Amino acid sequence: MAITPPSERIWWKEPIAKIELVWILIAFIWGLIMFFMMIYWHGAGEQNLSNEAYKITPVRFAQKAQAMIDAHTVRTENGFPVVHPPPGSEVYLIARLWQWWPILELEKDQSYRLHLSSMDWQHGFSLQPVNINVQVHPGYDMVVTLKPDQAGEFGVVCNEFCGIGHHTMVGKIYVVE
Amino acid sequence: MATTAQFRTCPTTGLKVNLTAEKLIKANAVVAVVFLAVGGLFGLLVALTRWPAVHFLPADWFYLALTAHGLDVLLVWIIFFEMAVLYFASAVLLNSRLAGPRWAWTGFGLMLVGAVITNIAVLRGQSSVMFTSYVPMMAEPSFYLGIILFAVGALIGCFVFFGTLVVAKQEKTYEGSIPLVTFGAVTAAIIAVFTIASGAIILIPTLLWSLGLVSYVDPLLYKTIWWGMGHSSQQINVSAHVAVWYAIAAMVFGAKPLSEKVSRMAFLMYILFLQLASAHHMLVEPGFSSEWKIFNTSYAMYLAVLGSMVHGMTVPGSIEAAQRARGLTKGLFEWLRKAPWSNPAFAGMFMSLVFFGFLGGISGVVMGTEQINLIMHNTLYVPGHFHATVVAGTTLAFMAITYLLVPLIFRRELMFRKLAQWQPYLFGIGVAGISLFMMGAGTLGVSRRHWDMTFADAQLPFDYPAAAFLMMGLNGIFAVLAALGGLIFIVVVVGSVFFGRKLGEDEKPSYPEVPPTAAAVGHYGSSDTIRIPGTAMLVGIFFIAFVLYYFVNWKYLSEIWPLS
Repeated sequence: MAITPPSERIWWKEPIAKIELVWILIAFIWGLIMFFMMIYWHGAGEQNLSNEAYKITPVRFAQKAQAMIDAHTVRTENGFPVVHPPPGSEVYLIARLWQWWPILELEKDQSYRLHLSSMDWQHGFSLQPVNINVQVHPGYDMVVTLKPDQAGEFGVVCNEFCGIGHHTMVGKIYVVE
Repeated sequence: MATTAQFRTCPTTGLKVNLTAEKLIKANAVVAVVFLAVGGLFGLLVALTRWPAVHFLPADWFYLALTAHGLDVLLVWIIFFEMAVLYFASAVLLNSRLAGPRWAWTGFGLMLVGAVITNIAVLRGQSSVMFTSYVPMMAEPSFYLGIILFAVGALIGCFVFFGTLVVAKQEKTYEGSIPLVTFGAVTAAIIAVFTIASGAIILIPTLLWSLGLVSYVDPLLYKTIWWGMGHSSQQINVSAHVAVWYAIAAMVFGAKPLSEKVSRMAFLMYILFLQLASAHHMLVEPGFSSEWKIFNTSYAMYLAVLGSMVHGMTVPGSIEAAQRARGLTKGLFEWLRKAPWSNPAFAGMFMSLVFFGFLGGISGVVMGTEQINLIMHNTLYVPGHFHATVVAGTTLAFMAITYLLVPLIFRRELMFRKLAQWQPYLFGIGVAGISLFMMGAGTLGVSRRHWDMTFADAQLPFDYPAAAFLMMGLNGIFAVLAALGGLIFIVVVVGSVFFGRKLGEDEKPSYPEVPPTAAAVGHYGSSDTIRIPGTAMLVGIFFIAFVLYYFVNWKYLSEIWPLS
């Protein structure tokens, strides 16, 4: 029994039943398939993180974002500047208690280098209803190259707990034709 | 002291039970169940708040309750119970005295004091930082201090366990190799040492930081090392509850492992590879290379997953072989149909096995895939996954073995047998529902750890789809079922332990029934004659579900915006 010492003293020399061997082999091969699937997707898939990231101070990141806001704000909405940066440009999104700042307006099928960083605690960038979820840290500038392939209005929910106002932290991204 | 160690002989198993070890098992199990009750209550409050139609707690209480829920059930209940499992698997199963009983009591005391300190810190309201306490969000110093004390206590318990193995070996209290269940417990304890070391490495500086003695703790560094504790501690659970599955199969069916070699190799895979899982939490963080993520998140090419898949066959396989040896050989499933489904130990164990594999295992591997994590990270999919592993898997398995420990260790007859009979079903199905509906809501994008999915107070409006609200309502209903199951468990166990009829010295307990023929099915014949077609069928169904679900999620991923 499993709660008593093995009945065969030399248990490591007992042969293994065929059915167990077959299952071990199947499970092992399946593991390899899943492992190489991730590598394969880096070549063949369109959804991969570049892992490009830099150390940055919150002050410096805020300055860069402000420069973009000053240059490309097209209107304001609920007190938020709506920024329409040129396609292919560096785009900054500030995460702070409890706002995503500013509102971005992007063009469909154009790619943007989106920079994400936090001014204070950790936040979670959760683009809805697309469902892209990326962690945002203070002190790190993470660069994600995004190419919106549908037009519309998208929400940015914070999905990392960031204190009592966490559930009010919602941002917005417009994608226009 | 060593020479005066006292024993009694168990009338059911014939094992020599060391009385000090028995007291420690009782103490750890009782405290574990108390924290399960407290943590479970907080869990119910959380679920009722996330039920949109009920929305029970105000925001500050919700975040407080969620912090307490995570700590009390994920850490305190499980680790206390695991200490009981460790002492049981060493001293009791090996007929041995306990090494350093005073150390064991010291460890127990430290764990208890630590758990209470952290709970007080949380209840004071200034430490609602969630179980993970990610920096730079800061809790009161006593929050970290309590966890550190708790961890040191658990570490002492692990070393008492290792010491007991040495004592048993030297005093020749058993013949040959240690039992498989003890081997599984060794696996759990080794992982525990790694886990606690990771916790100490990061929580001690964090404590100093909260005291103002250290100026900065890097959030990425914190998270990487913290999950060396946070995720690895869940691997202690996996090892422990797999050991418990084997133990219940042995105690209820007299089942013998199909192959000692295969089952032990599977545990060895856990020791070698499970610790890499910290990476599961770092897949969408800045600053890690894809090479690092892929190697670590896959436990080095899924070798630890291989271990679990092997147990997924060998545990039901050993039961099937035992049942067939006893004459239940008709068709594929007579062995399973005629299993003792009214015995809560078996029912709980088998549901734990099925839910852990189908819900927890598959979702965990899918979510831990480097790119697929993008569509799941920090959504409710995550708690959906780990409620299947830790609640439907570990907690249900621990509940199941408690039904055997009450008569065998506490020496009391189990009370409220009809209730006990239904308890695993109520709890198991409740938790399976929680897991499924949270995963469903997560697939629709709903955030975890979030008080208000309507965003009523947000400066900018956003609406989740209506289906997400339906999911959260169903989640609430199944949480109530699970809570009812949990309550019945507490009533049955606490009632029996304190008020159940005391068993006489040589009296065998009458419930849960252990079939008279359960006396070990000592031998299955040679490896050529093992027949487990029913298990093969179950494993086949599992494999097909796994493959389909895995690729469905790649399909979902391919539909989101291109990003690089």
